[in-house]
Amino acid sequence: MGEVGLKKHPLDDYLRVERVPHIWCPGCGLGLMVNCFLRALVKSRLDLDKVVVVSGIGCTGRGAGYINLDSFHTTHGRAIPFATGLKVANPELTVVVISGDGDLVAIGGNHLIHAARRSIDLTVLCVNNFIYGMTGGQLGPTTPLTARTTTSLRGNSDEPLNVPYLAAASGAAYVARWTTAHVRRLEKAVTEALLKKGFSLVEIISPCPTYYGRMNKQGTGLEQMKYYRDNSVIKSGLDPKQVAIEFNGQIIVGKFIDLG
Amino acid sequence: MSERKYLAGEFFLSGDDACAEGAISAGCCFFAGYPITPATEIAERMAERLPEVGGNYIQMEDELGSMAAVLGASWGGVKAMTATSGPGFSLMMENIGLGIITETPCVVVNIQRAGPSTGLPTLTGQGDMMQARWGSHGVYSIIALSPSSPQELYDLTIKAFNLSEKYRLPVLVMSEAATGHMYEKVVIPLPGEIELVPRRKPTVPTSDYLPFKPDPDLVPPMANAGEGYHLHVSGLTHDERGYPAMTAEAQDRLVRRLVDKIEQNKAEIIELEEDGIRGAEVVVCTYGISARVSQIAVERARGEGIRVGMLRLVTVWPFPDDRIRDIAREVKAFVVPEINYGQIALEVERCACGRAEVVLVPHMGGGVHAPETILAAIRRAVR
Repeated sequence: MGEVGLKKHPLDDYLRVERVPHIWCPGCGLGLMVNCFLRALVKSRLDLDKVVVVSGIGCTGRGAGYINLDSFHTTHGRAIPFATGLKVANPELTVVVISGDGDLVAIGGNHLIHAARRSIDLTVLCVNNFIYGMTGGQLGPTTPLTARTTTSLRGNSDEPLNVPYLAAASGAAYVARWTTAHVRRLEKAVTEALLKKGFSLVEIISPCPTYYGRMNKQGTGLEQMKYYRDNSVIKSGLDPKQVAIEFNGQIIVGKFIDLG
Repeated sequence: MSERKYLAGEFFLSGDDACAEGAISAGCCFFAGYPITPATEIAERMAERLPEVGGNYIQMEDELGSMAAVLGASWGGVKAMTATSGPGFSLMMENIGLGIITETPCVVVNIQRAGPSTGLPTLTGQGDMMQARWGSHGVYSIIALSPSSPQELYDLTIKAFNLSEKYRLPVLVMSEAATGHMYEKVVIPLPGEIELVPRRKPTVPTSDYLPFKPDPDLVPPMANAGEGYHLHVSGLTHDERGYPAMTAEAQDRLVRRLVDKIEQNKAEIIELEEDGIRGAEVVVCTYGISARVSQIAVERARGEGIRVGMLRLVTVWPFPDDRIRDIAREVKAFVVPEINYGQIALEVERCACGRAEVVLVPHMGGGVHAPETILAAIRRAVR
């Protein structure tokens, strides 16, 4: 490795570097997500002693463990209610939930709806890779129709949830969607979400080359990123009802809800 | 807004209301819950009272969320609780386990009704005693208290908070519909007269703090979120730093300590009430509302000349193995009345180890025993 390996990354202070290497697969988008979150955190100028990360279970759920803040790795689906308790007990804290689509939208879907309804001041980063990665590639709540997974080998026959629409309909104050290919825009959205009073949700479309990509012939992580670049359409302000994702279709990204 | 904060004096309260007042006296500042008969009145009173003492009530979407919110609030630095009954208790098991492995102080009250499933929502039961011990998956020890009156629902709720802070775990108050809905005199002391155990805080500099490094009594000091420690707290098996450690060795070190911190401090944790055990031929081993009924049966038996003692389990878990073993050497039999088909009786049997007979007096729920039923069992036991 030589000198390159000895160089300190500008974000090292915000990471538990002693825990690196992380468990995520090559080509996974979660590293980019963490990078964007940390840059947003720096930009937000929040007191880092007062920012807490809460995760559920799954690949994204491991995020809390790598970020050098007060961080809680809770049970599957329960990151939002845990975060709710933290925020109510100590309103000085900025509480960020970082978890996956399976955790937040399937097993924890009820909590997502009700936290948004309550307008509790949380920032939720929902990483959507269209599949359950940690358990080896099963059908999830966001898996597009006809997509293959280990529990839908003949193609998914269940309609997926449109996450921004769900959050907006439940009362979220801020809703955006970006992919891990939109690092600058994602960083900006996360910064806005962190500083937003009320319930904010950023959906982050992220490649899973190991399972979703392989089973659906989408290639490596890099090829999936190129797909995002070529097939994403920015339509900020669009009614989130119209941002559902179809299999191998275009991905509408942007800021959909930003209540004053 | 009412001026009242802490009540003190004599009141005519239901067990549920007394429980809520116990929580307020203990300094509880957070309640997350979901309505469920026969525990709803605790939530209602907490919703009314918490804002008067600077606390917060939050009504969650279910008991899964309630228990998760209670854990979050505890890490946010406040004393936190929830109250429920059987169906909700089942849903809470998941995050009670998270509370155990992350060593999170909090209190869970179960006003038991008769089950299984929806069962008899408005009528009493004691069918969750083993669930209290073993209901969450994996290996652990727990503390559960069993009040026999509204006064004790007040007193033991305070005690539950103290034990939860001292030993860092969810402490269960296992009451029943009969006591929760019973109205009796409840004496509430002045705030200064109530002994409260504060959270054990780290004494080392932030950089040296290991969040799961125990003190000699096996309990680690606890930093809260937002205090600058940059804690990592995980439901995964973890090392003293709190970092995931996926080995059998790390599992042994952590889980053994989680169990031992309770089992090795049993003498200090366990509270029993004993009456006339010396010289007794038979001992009624009882808890909760069943102890009230047993008391009548015991007095009548004594009137008939039977030498009968009574052992009331104020602490049900951890179980008083040693005391039951000692008594088993001196008596002919134990009589164990329970509003279930035999749960604590199994523990008594285990500890009696064949030295004394164990007579279960079961009741399937929906009411309490008739004293005559327990009396008949006492008579049979001495025969």
